[in-house]
Amino acid sequence: MGCTCQYAGAAVGGLIVNLDATTARAWIVRVAELIHANEQRLTDLDATIGDGDHGANMQRGVAAAVASLEEQEPEDAGKVLNSTGRELISKTGGASGPLYGTGFRRAGKELGDEVDVQAVARALEAMLRSIEELGGATQEEKTIVDALAPAVAAFQETSGQGGDLHAAASAAAEAAERGAAATIPLQARKGRASYLGERSIGHEDPGAASTALIIRALADVTAP
Amino acid sequence: MSVGIVLVSHSPALASATVEMARTLAGPGVSIAPAGGTADGEVGTSIDVIRNAIADADAGRGVVVLMDMGSSVLTAKTLLEDLEDGEPQLRLADAPFVEGTVAAAVLASTGAELESVARSAEEAWSMRKL
Repeated sequence: MGCTCQYAGAAVGGLIVNLDATTARAWIVRVAELIHANEQRLTDLDATIGDGDHGANMQRGVAAAVASLEEQEPEDAGKVLNSTGRELISKTGGASGPLYGTGFRRAGKELGDEVDVQAVARALEAMLRSIEELGGATQEEKTIVDALAPAVAAFQETSGQGGDLHAAASAAAEAAERGAAATIPLQARKGRASYLGERSIGHEDPGAASTALIIRALADVTAP
Repeated sequence: MSVGIVLVSHSPALASATVEMARTLAGPGVSIAPAGGTADGEVGTSIDVIRNAIADADAGRGVVVLMDMGSSVLTAKTLLEDLEDGEPQLRLADAPFVEGTVAAAVLASTGAELESVARSAEEAWSMRKL
Protein backbone atom coordinates (compact mmCIF):
# COMPACT_ATOMS: atom_id res chain seq x y z
CA MET A 1 0.00 0.00 0.00
CA GLY A 2 3.00 2.25 -0.52
CA CYS A 3 3.96 2.28 3.14
CA THR A 4 7.24 0.61 3.95
CA CYS A 5 6.54 1.32 7.61
CA GLN A 6 10.20 1.19 8.54
CA TYR A 7 9.66 4.04 10.97
CA ALA A 8 6.51 2.62 12.55
CA GLY A 9 5.90 4.29 15.87
CA ALA A 10 6.70 7.79 14.74
CA ALA A 11 5.27 10.34 12.37
CA VAL A 12 7.00 9.95 9.01
CA GLY A 13 7.13 13.03 6.81
CA GLY A 14 3.98 14.46 8.40
CA LEU A 15 2.07 11.18 8.13
CA ILE A 16 0.23 10.23 11.30
CA VAL A 17 1.21 6.60 11.91
CA ASN A 18 -0.19 6.09 15.39
CA LEU A 19 -3.14 7.23 17.46
CA ASP A 20 -1.21 8.97 20.23
CA ALA A 21 -2.79 11.35 22.74
CA THR A 22 -2.28 14.38 20.48
CA THR A 23 -3.96 12.72 17.52
CA ALA A 24 -6.77 11.36 19.68
CA ARG A 25 -7.42 14.86 21.05
CA ALA A 26 -7.37 16.24 17.51
CA TRP A 27 -9.92 13.57 16.54
CA ILE A 28 -12.38 14.69 19.22
CA VAL A 29 -11.85 18.38 18.38
CA ARG A 30 -12.52 17.56 14.71
CA VAL A 31 -15.66 15.61 15.71
CA ALA A 32 -16.87 18.75 17.50
CA GLU A 33 -16.15 20.87 14.39
CA LEU A 34 -18.02 18.50 12.07
CA ILE A 35 -20.96 18.16 14.47
CA HIS A 36 -21.12 21.95 14.75
CA ALA A 37 -21.03 22.39 10.97
CA ASN A 38 -23.76 19.75 10.57
CA GLU A 39 -25.88 20.59 13.62
CA GLN A 40 -28.82 21.85 11.58
CA ARG A 41 -28.73 18.86 9.21
CA LEU A 42 -28.73 16.40 12.16
CA THR A 43 -31.57 18.27 13.81
CA ASP A 44 -33.57 18.34 10.56
CA LEU A 45 -33.07 14.59 10.04
CA ASP A 46 -34.15 13.96 13.63
CA ALA A 47 -37.16 16.28 13.36
CA THR A 48 -38.44 14.14 10.48
CA ILE A 49 -38.50 10.79 12.31
CA GLY A 50 -37.27 11.52 15.86
CA ASP A 51 -37.74 14.24 18.43
CA GLY A 52 -35.64 16.88 16.70
CA ASP A 53 -32.90 17.27 19.28
CA HIS A 54 -30.03 15.18 17.89
CA GLY A 55 -28.05 18.11 16.51
CA ALA A 56 -28.32 20.16 19.70
CA ASN A 57 -27.66 17.13 21.91
CA MET A 58 -24.54 16.08 20.02
CA GLN A 59 -23.30 19.67 19.94
CA ARG A 60 -23.65 19.91 23.74
CA GLY A 61 -21.99 16.54 24.32
CA VAL A 62 -18.95 17.03 22.10
CA ALA A 63 -18.43 20.60 23.32
CA ALA A 64 -18.29 19.26 26.89
CA ALA A 65 -15.88 16.52 25.77
CA VAL A 66 -13.52 19.07 24.16
CA ALA A 67 -13.69 21.37 27.19
CA SER A 68 -12.81 18.48 29.49
CA LEU A 69 -9.83 17.45 27.31
CA GLU A 70 -8.51 21.02 27.38
CA GLU A 71 -8.77 21.05 31.14
CA GLN A 72 -7.35 17.61 31.91
CA GLU A 73 -4.93 16.85 29.05
CA PRO A 74 -5.02 13.01 29.37
CA GLU A 75 -1.59 11.49 28.67
CA ASP A 76 -2.57 8.68 26.28
CA ALA A 77 -5.15 8.04 23.59
CA GLY A 78 -7.08 5.51 25.68
CA LYS A 79 -7.60 8.09 28.41
CA VAL A 80 -8.63 10.71 25.82
CA LEU A 81 -11.36 8.39 24.53
CA ASN A 82 -12.40 7.41 28.06
CA SER A 83 -12.75 11.06 29.10
CA THR A 84 -14.72 11.77 25.93
CA GLY A 85 -17.08 8.89 26.68
CA ARG A 86 -17.65 10.07 30.21
CA GLU A 87 -18.55 13.60 29.09
CA LEU A 88 -20.83 12.33 26.31
CA ILE A 89 -22.74 10.16 28.80
CA SER A 90 -23.07 13.00 31.26
CA LYS A 91 -23.83 15.94 28.98
CA THR A 92 -25.41 14.78 25.71
CA GLY A 93 -28.95 13.86 26.79
CA GLY A 94 -31.10 11.60 24.65
CA ALA A 95 -30.21 8.07 23.61
CA SER A 96 -27.07 9.13 21.76
CA GLY A 97 -25.35 10.13 25.03
CA PRO A 98 -25.21 6.70 26.66
CA LEU A 99 -24.69 4.97 23.29
CA TYR A 100 -21.77 7.05 21.99
CA GLY A 101 -20.46 7.59 25.52
CA THR A 102 -20.33 3.87 26.26
CA GLY A 103 -18.79 3.31 22.83
CA PHE A 104 -15.95 5.78 23.40
CA ARG A 105 -15.32 4.50 26.92
CA ARG A 106 -15.06 0.88 25.77
CA ALA A 107 -12.84 1.94 22.88
CA GLY A 108 -10.60 3.81 25.32
CA LYS A 109 -10.42 0.83 27.66
CA GLU A 110 -9.55 -1.51 24.77
CA LEU A 111 -6.93 0.88 23.44
CA GLY A 112 -5.19 1.49 26.76
CA ASP A 113 -1.78 2.97 25.97
CA GLU A 114 -1.43 1.12 22.66
CA VAL A 115 -1.45 3.29 19.60
CA ASP A 116 -0.83 1.31 16.39
CA VAL A 117 -3.39 0.78 13.67
CA GLN A 118 -4.19 -2.78 14.81
CA ALA A 119 -4.97 -1.50 18.32
CA VAL A 120 -7.25 1.18 16.85
CA ALA A 121 -9.04 -1.54 14.84
CA ARG A 122 -9.68 -3.46 18.06
CA ALA A 123 -10.83 -0.30 19.82
CA LEU A 124 -13.33 0.53 17.08
CA GLU A 125 -14.62 -3.04 17.22
CA ALA A 126 -15.09 -2.68 21.00
CA MET A 127 -16.98 0.58 20.36
CA LEU A 128 -19.32 -1.20 17.94
CA ARG A 129 -19.92 -4.21 20.21
CA SER A 130 -20.69 -2.06 23.26
CA ILE A 131 -23.18 0.08 21.31
CA GLU A 132 -24.87 -3.03 19.89
CA GLU A 133 -25.06 -4.52 23.38
CA LEU A 134 -26.42 -1.43 25.13
CA GLY A 135 -28.95 -0.53 22.44
CA GLY A 136 -29.85 -4.11 21.55
CA ALA A 137 -29.62 -3.17 17.87
CA THR A 138 -28.31 -5.15 14.91
CA GLN A 139 -27.73 -3.99 11.34
CA GLU A 140 -30.63 -2.84 9.14
CA GLU A 141 -32.68 -1.50 12.07
CA LYS A 142 -31.95 2.12 11.04
CA THR A 143 -29.51 3.05 13.81
CA ILE A 144 -25.89 4.03 14.53
CA VAL A 145 -24.97 0.39 13.91
CA ASP A 146 -25.79 0.71 10.20
CA ALA A 147 -22.93 3.19 9.78
CA LEU A 148 -20.55 1.90 12.45
CA ALA A 149 -20.58 -1.81 11.54
CA PRO A 150 -19.48 -1.32 7.91
CA ALA A 151 -16.97 1.31 9.08
CA VAL A 152 -15.34 -1.13 11.50
CA ALA A 153 -15.29 -3.87 8.85
CA ALA A 154 -13.64 -1.52 6.33
CA PHE A 155 -11.10 -0.32 8.89
CA GLN A 156 -10.17 -3.91 9.79
CA GLU A 157 -9.92 -4.98 6.16
CA THR A 158 -7.71 -2.05 5.16
CA SER A 159 -5.44 -2.28 8.20
CA GLY A 160 -5.26 -6.07 7.80
CA GLN A 161 -3.92 -5.58 4.29
CA GLY A 162 -1.15 -3.33 5.60
CA GLY A 163 -2.95 -0.01 5.26
CA ASP A 164 -1.86 2.74 7.62
CA LEU A 165 -4.07 4.63 10.06
CA HIS A 166 -5.20 7.22 7.52
CA ALA A 167 -5.92 4.64 4.82
CA ALA A 168 -7.94 2.54 7.25
CA ALA A 169 -9.81 5.56 8.66
CA SER A 170 -10.57 6.85 5.15
CA ALA A 171 -11.96 3.49 4.07
CA ALA A 172 -14.00 3.40 7.29
CA ALA A 173 -15.35 6.92 6.72
CA GLU A 174 -16.46 6.07 3.21
CA ALA A 175 -18.12 2.87 4.45
CA ALA A 176 -19.87 4.79 7.26
CA GLU A 177 -21.17 7.40 4.80
CA ARG A 178 -22.46 4.66 2.49
CA GLY A 179 -24.01 2.90 5.50
CA ALA A 180 -25.75 6.08 6.65
CA ALA A 181 -27.15 6.71 3.16
CA ALA A 182 -28.31 3.08 3.04
CA THR A 183 -30.56 3.70 6.08
CA ILE A 184 -32.88 5.84 3.90
CA PRO A 185 -35.01 2.93 2.58
CA LEU A 186 -34.99 1.09 5.92
CA GLN A 187 -37.87 0.94 8.38
CA ALA A 188 -36.85 1.94 11.91
CA ARG A 189 -36.93 -0.84 14.51
CA LYS A 190 -35.55 1.07 17.50
CA GLY A 191 -36.42 4.26 19.35
CA ARG A 192 -39.09 6.84 18.65
CA ALA A 193 -38.90 6.39 14.88
CA SER A 194 -39.98 2.75 15.24
CA TYR A 195 -43.45 3.91 16.30
CA LEU A 196 -43.82 5.47 12.85
CA GLY A 197 -43.69 2.03 11.22
CA GLU A 198 -43.49 2.32 7.44
CA ARG A 199 -43.57 6.12 7.67
CA SER A 200 -39.96 5.99 8.89
CA ILE A 201 -38.96 4.76 5.41
CA GLY A 202 -37.42 7.35 3.08
CA HIS A 203 -35.36 9.29 5.66
CA GLU A 204 -31.72 8.97 6.70
CA ASP A 205 -31.20 7.92 10.30
CA PRO A 206 -29.72 10.83 12.28
CA GLY A 207 -27.64 8.50 14.48
CA ALA A 208 -26.07 6.84 11.44
CA ALA A 209 -25.42 10.33 10.02
CA SER A 210 -23.58 11.49 13.17
CA THR A 211 -21.59 8.24 13.25
CA ALA A 212 -20.37 8.96 9.71
CA LEU A 213 -19.16 12.38 10.93
CA ILE A 214 -17.28 10.80 13.87
CA ILE A 215 -15.43 8.37 11.60
CA ARG A 216 -14.81 11.05 8.94
CA ALA A 217 -13.18 13.16 11.67
CA LEU A 218 -10.64 10.37 12.32
CA ALA A 219 -9.79 10.24 8.62
CA ASP A 220 -9.40 14.04 8.54
CA VAL A 221 -6.94 14.28 11.46
CA THR A 222 -4.77 11.40 10.27
CA ALA A 223 -4.33 12.83 6.77
CA PRO A 224 -0.72 13.60 5.80
CA MET B 1 -36.55 1.83 55.96
CA SER B 2 -37.81 0.10 52.82
CA VAL B 3 -35.92 -0.90 49.72
CA GLY B 4 -35.41 2.26 47.68
CA ILE B 5 -37.32 2.95 44.47
CA VAL B 6 -36.25 5.43 41.76
CA LEU B 7 -38.45 6.49 38.86
CA VAL B 8 -36.60 7.56 35.71
CA SER B 9 -38.72 9.50 33.26
CA HIS B 10 -37.98 11.96 30.45
CA SER B 11 -40.55 14.20 32.14
CA PRO B 12 -39.91 15.79 35.57
CA ALA B 13 -43.68 16.10 36.06
CA LEU B 14 -44.38 12.46 35.19
CA ALA B 15 -41.69 11.18 37.58
CA SER B 16 -42.89 13.41 40.44
CA ALA B 17 -46.57 12.68 39.91
CA THR B 18 -45.93 8.93 39.81
CA VAL B 19 -43.96 9.18 43.06
CA GLU B 20 -46.89 11.06 44.62
CA MET B 21 -49.39 8.45 43.45
CA ALA B 22 -47.25 5.57 44.74
CA ARG B 23 -46.81 7.28 48.13
CA THR B 24 -50.56 7.73 48.40
CA LEU B 25 -51.19 4.05 47.67
CA ALA B 26 -48.24 2.56 49.60
CA GLY B 27 -47.93 4.91 52.55
CA PRO B 28 -45.24 7.32 53.69
CA GLY B 29 -42.77 4.63 54.84
CA VAL B 30 -41.57 3.83 51.32
CA SER B 31 -38.31 5.42 50.21
CA ILE B 32 -39.08 6.55 46.66
CA ALA B 33 -37.47 9.31 44.61
CA PRO B 34 -38.13 10.85 41.19
CA ALA B 35 -35.39 11.15 38.53
CA GLY B 36 -37.25 13.14 35.89
CA GLY B 37 -35.79 15.20 33.07
CA THR B 38 -32.42 16.88 32.78
CA ALA B 39 -30.37 18.70 35.42
CA ASP B 40 -31.91 22.02 34.34
CA GLY B 41 -35.46 20.70 34.52
CA GLU B 42 -36.03 20.15 30.80
CA VAL B 43 -37.56 17.04 29.24
CA GLY B 44 -34.79 14.48 28.68
CA THR B 45 -32.54 12.18 30.66
CA SER B 46 -29.50 12.84 32.81
CA ILE B 47 -27.21 10.27 34.41
CA ASP B 48 -26.40 12.76 37.19
CA VAL B 49 -30.08 13.31 38.02
CA ILE B 50 -30.55 9.52 38.24
CA ARG B 51 -27.42 9.09 40.36
CA ASN B 52 -28.63 11.75 42.82
CA ALA B 53 -32.10 10.21 43.06
CA ILE B 54 -30.56 6.81 43.82
CA ALA B 55 -28.53 8.37 46.63
CA ASP B 56 -31.73 9.96 47.99
CA ALA B 57 -33.73 6.71 47.83
CA ASP B 58 -31.04 4.38 49.16
CA ALA B 59 -31.45 3.38 52.79
CA GLY B 60 -28.87 0.60 52.65
CA ARG B 61 -31.14 -2.14 51.32
CA GLY B 62 -30.65 -1.57 47.60
CA VAL B 63 -32.63 0.40 45.02
CA VAL B 64 -35.11 -0.74 42.36
CA VAL B 65 -35.07 1.51 39.28
CA LEU B 66 -38.05 1.83 36.93
CA MET B 67 -37.60 3.56 33.56
CA ASP B 68 -40.23 5.00 31.22
CA MET B 69 -38.62 4.26 27.82
CA GLY B 70 -35.82 4.85 25.33
CA SER B 71 -32.92 6.88 26.67
CA SER B 72 -34.18 6.46 30.25
CA VAL B 73 -33.45 2.75 29.85
CA LEU B 74 -30.09 3.27 28.12
CA THR B 75 -28.94 5.81 30.71
CA ALA B 76 -29.99 3.60 33.64
CA LYS B 77 -28.15 0.63 32.08
CA THR B 78 -25.05 2.78 31.65
CA LEU B 79 -25.22 3.85 35.29
CA LEU B 80 -25.60 0.23 36.40
CA GLU B 81 -22.41 -0.63 34.53
CA ASP B 82 -20.61 2.22 36.33
CA LEU B 83 -21.68 0.89 39.72
CA GLU B 84 -21.03 -2.78 38.96
CA ASP B 85 -18.68 -3.39 41.87
CA GLY B 86 -19.90 -0.53 44.02
CA GLU B 87 -22.72 0.59 46.22
CA PRO B 88 -25.62 0.82 46.35
CA GLN B 89 -26.99 -2.43 44.99
CA LEU B 90 -29.16 -1.59 41.96
CA ARG B 91 -31.82 -3.66 40.27
CA LEU B 92 -33.34 -2.33 37.03
CA ALA B 93 -36.96 -3.46 36.73
CA ASP B 94 -38.30 -4.32 33.27
CA ALA B 95 -41.78 -3.14 34.14
CA PRO B 96 -44.67 -0.90 33.04
CA PHE B 97 -43.96 2.50 34.57
CA VAL B 98 -47.09 3.37 36.58
CA GLU B 99 -48.42 -0.09 37.39
CA GLY B 100 -44.93 -1.39 38.16
CA THR B 101 -44.19 1.53 40.44
CA VAL B 102 -47.36 1.04 42.46
CA ALA B 103 -46.75 -2.73 42.73
CA ALA B 104 -43.15 -2.17 43.84
CA ALA B 105 -44.07 0.54 46.35
CA VAL B 106 -46.84 -1.50 47.94
CA LEU B 107 -44.59 -4.53 48.39
CA ALA B 108 -41.66 -2.39 49.57
CA SER B 109 -43.93 -0.95 52.30
CA THR B 110 -44.11 -4.45 53.83
CA GLY B 111 -40.35 -4.53 54.29
CA ALA B 112 -39.72 -6.94 51.37
CA GLU B 113 -36.22 -7.46 49.93
CA LEU B 114 -34.77 -5.90 46.76
CA GLU B 115 -35.34 -8.82 44.38
CA SER B 116 -38.93 -9.38 45.55
CA VAL B 117 -39.76 -5.71 45.08
CA ALA B 118 -38.27 -5.72 41.55
CA ARG B 119 -40.18 -8.90 40.67
CA SER B 120 -43.46 -7.42 41.88
CA ALA B 121 -42.91 -4.49 39.51
CA GLU B 122 -42.19 -6.89 36.63
CA GLU B 123 -45.24 -9.01 37.41
CA ALA B 124 -47.38 -5.93 36.77
CA TRP B 125 -47.16 -6.84 33.07
CA SER B 126 -49.57 -9.71 33.71
CA MET B 127 -52.24 -7.65 35.51
CA ARG B 128 -54.89 -7.28 32.82
CA LYS B 129 -57.25 -4.31 32.92
CA LEU B 130 -60.10 -5.70 30.87
